[in-house]
Amino acid sequence: MIHRFANPTRFVRLADVIQPWAAGMTFLFFVTGLYFGLFASPADYQQGETVRIMYIHVPAAWMALFCYTAMAAACGTALIWKHPLADLAARATAPIGACFTLLALVTGSLWGQPMWGTWWVWDARLTSVLILFFLYLGYMALNNAFDDAERGFKASAILALVGFVNVPIIKFSVDWWNTLHQPASVLKAGGPAIHASMLTPLILMALAFKAYYLWVLLIRMRGEINAMKVRALRMRQVQQADMADKVAAGKVG
Amino acid sequence: MPSFSGQGLGCFRGGRLVFANLSFALQPGNALVLRGPNGSGKSTLLRLMAGLIQPLEGRIQWSDSDAGITDDPDLHYGRTHYVGHADAVKPVLTVTENVAFWARLRSPQSDVAGAIDKLGIAPLADVPGQFLSAGQKRRVNLARILAVPANLWLLDEPATALDVDAIAALCDAIAEHRAAGGMVVASTHQNLALTDHAVLHLSDYITEDPALV
Amino acid sequence: MSSFITILSRDLKLAYRQGMDSVMVVMFFVIAVVLFPFGVGPEANILARIAAGVIWVAALLASMLSLERLFDADYEDGSLEILILQPITLEIAVAAKVTAHWLTTGLPLIIAAPVLAILLNLPADGFAVLISALALGTPSLSLIGAIGAALILGARRGGVLLSLLVLPLYIPVLIFGVSAVDAGLGGFPFKSHLLALGGLLLATLALCPWVSASALRQALRS
Repeated sequence: MIHRFANPTRFVRLADVIQPWAAGMTFLFFVTGLYFGLFASPADYQQGETVRIMYIHVPAAWMALFCYTAMAAACGTALIWKHPLADLAARATAPIGACFTLLALVTGSLWGQPMWGTWWVWDARLTSVLILFFLYLGYMALNNAFDDAERGFKASAILALVGFVNVPIIKFSVDWWNTLHQPASVLKAGGPAIHASMLTPLILMALAFKAYYLWVLLIRMRGEINAMKVRALRMRQVQQADMADKVAAGKVG
Repeated sequence: MPSFSGQGLGCFRGGRLVFANLSFALQPGNALVLRGPNGSGKSTLLRLMAGLIQPLEGRIQWSDSDAGITDDPDLHYGRTHYVGHADAVKPVLTVTENVAFWARLRSPQSDVAGAIDKLGIAPLADVPGQFLSAGQKRRVNLARILAVPANLWLLDEPATALDVDAIAALCDAIAEHRAAGGMVVASTHQNLALTDHAVLHLSDYITEDPALV
Repeated sequence: MSSFITILSRDLKLAYRQGMDSVMVVMFFVIAVVLFPFGVGPEANILARIAAGVIWVAALLASMLSLERLFDADYEDGSLEILILQPITLEIAVAAKVTAHWLTTGLPLIIAAPVLAILLNLPADGFAVLISALALGTPSLSLIGAIGAALILGARRGGVLLSLLVLPLYIPVLIFGVSAVDAGLGGFPFKSHLLALGGLLLATLALCPWVSASALRQALRS
């Protein structure tokens, strides 16, 4: 039962192996993705050069949902099987997911200004993604609101699971409600409705974002593990001082 | 009557191992007193026995049940009374209402008036909680456990804030409870005048934390 | 069931003797709504246009403000710890406490709402829909809020945190509540919006006591 601390050592060893690969993939996919996105793909006949925003916007939006799903899964794992690394993974994922969500909102807004003639519309998808952003913020705030780290993990895990109802709402909002935001064109029945010259940079950028997520996640989790070790060392100091007192005072009954 | 025991208990609180490999056993009528310096885990052990927290290792169970207490909580909660540090006395409810609320949650038949009388707060029965002193609040909390019988009493520093008379009343109540086959676990600094009780020194179980490097 | 009634009557008794909670909530509700004519100007047609939204948002905030104390008072004086150790179903205890919260805060809001609707020039055909929408929606607010109230126990700056957690989850209730009134005013069928509110109520009724109870257990185990 005490692999609470044995586990991380194994994880750190694994992370040592994966981390350089994740970093390499991130750079590789970013460079090729940006090349295809900015130079080797045509401008859209309707949207012109603005279409290139899509190569950031769409993968970021995918990652916003992906990170929340990953976070909720980690939270479920932490609550049900009490796996200590799951808590750390969820905690490490939240800020990354929040950044992707913000990126999706900002790039969407930059795209919307020339295309729709407005920075923001209150349609179902935009609104539900904004709520997703708030859920990320709520998760992070609750996670850090307690003096006892364990309590923060558990409370925010429950919140993350409750907030998960928002994810399918975002995914299907464009299908359920007839809104300004266009419906899914890549992941849909009957194959993607998008030309290969645009699909290539999109896929490459999506892979780059995934690799980036993995890379940063590993860094953040190692940081959390180190913070935990520092806390444990402090506890030990206190305990040892306590023991020394007791020895000095003779055995206390 | 079932007995109550725990084997090989270890508990991890606030980032450290509070105790490890601790065992205890209580037969009907037994009393166990927990002793140890601050931070040695007396309260933690009582909360563990109450089922409020789960042990890191080991299990606690009733002799007539195969399940650990946290696996079958309703059986355990029905048999156990826990008195912690906070007295849970509502300032706008009278003494009787405070005691009766907890009694009614457990059983429709309860002896609220008798319990209040035993602890010597009968004259205060209609006084709202906000006017009570710390010792009187503690007696209201103790009256709660007298009003509906349960096999096991878990008392965390029950004598805190009590005067000599109240401590005597508490000791009488404990003796009566044990005579009827009840069990008591108490942590205390003061000497409760309990007859032939076992003592568990928690400082014997303080461990050097092995795994933290 | 008897534990439900025991806890409900005790919480109602506490609320009645402490008195101020319901009054404060209604006062906040009234003041928040009355601020709007100052903010957007007194033109009757503009006020009538935004009346439903303003009343709903103010009701939502008022209901949320009182949530902080839902479990906190019991947490601080040790009652919650003892409550968890009783041989009762904690989910039912939570449901009882939420019912008491709704009776002491949600219900007064519904009673005060028509008066505020008059102040904001809401047309007469919107009244019945507004009341039914509030009656179906405010219990959901109390139920969803119970999750937040349980999660923040023992946290630093619990009140601010609570709004951050709970308000995003309130949005569906707000959307359907306001659209029901708007549909009613526009002469469109509003039944589907009320049914959606009813559906939300059933879903929160099934889910929230259960989630809040597990949040309470987590809160006391640390």
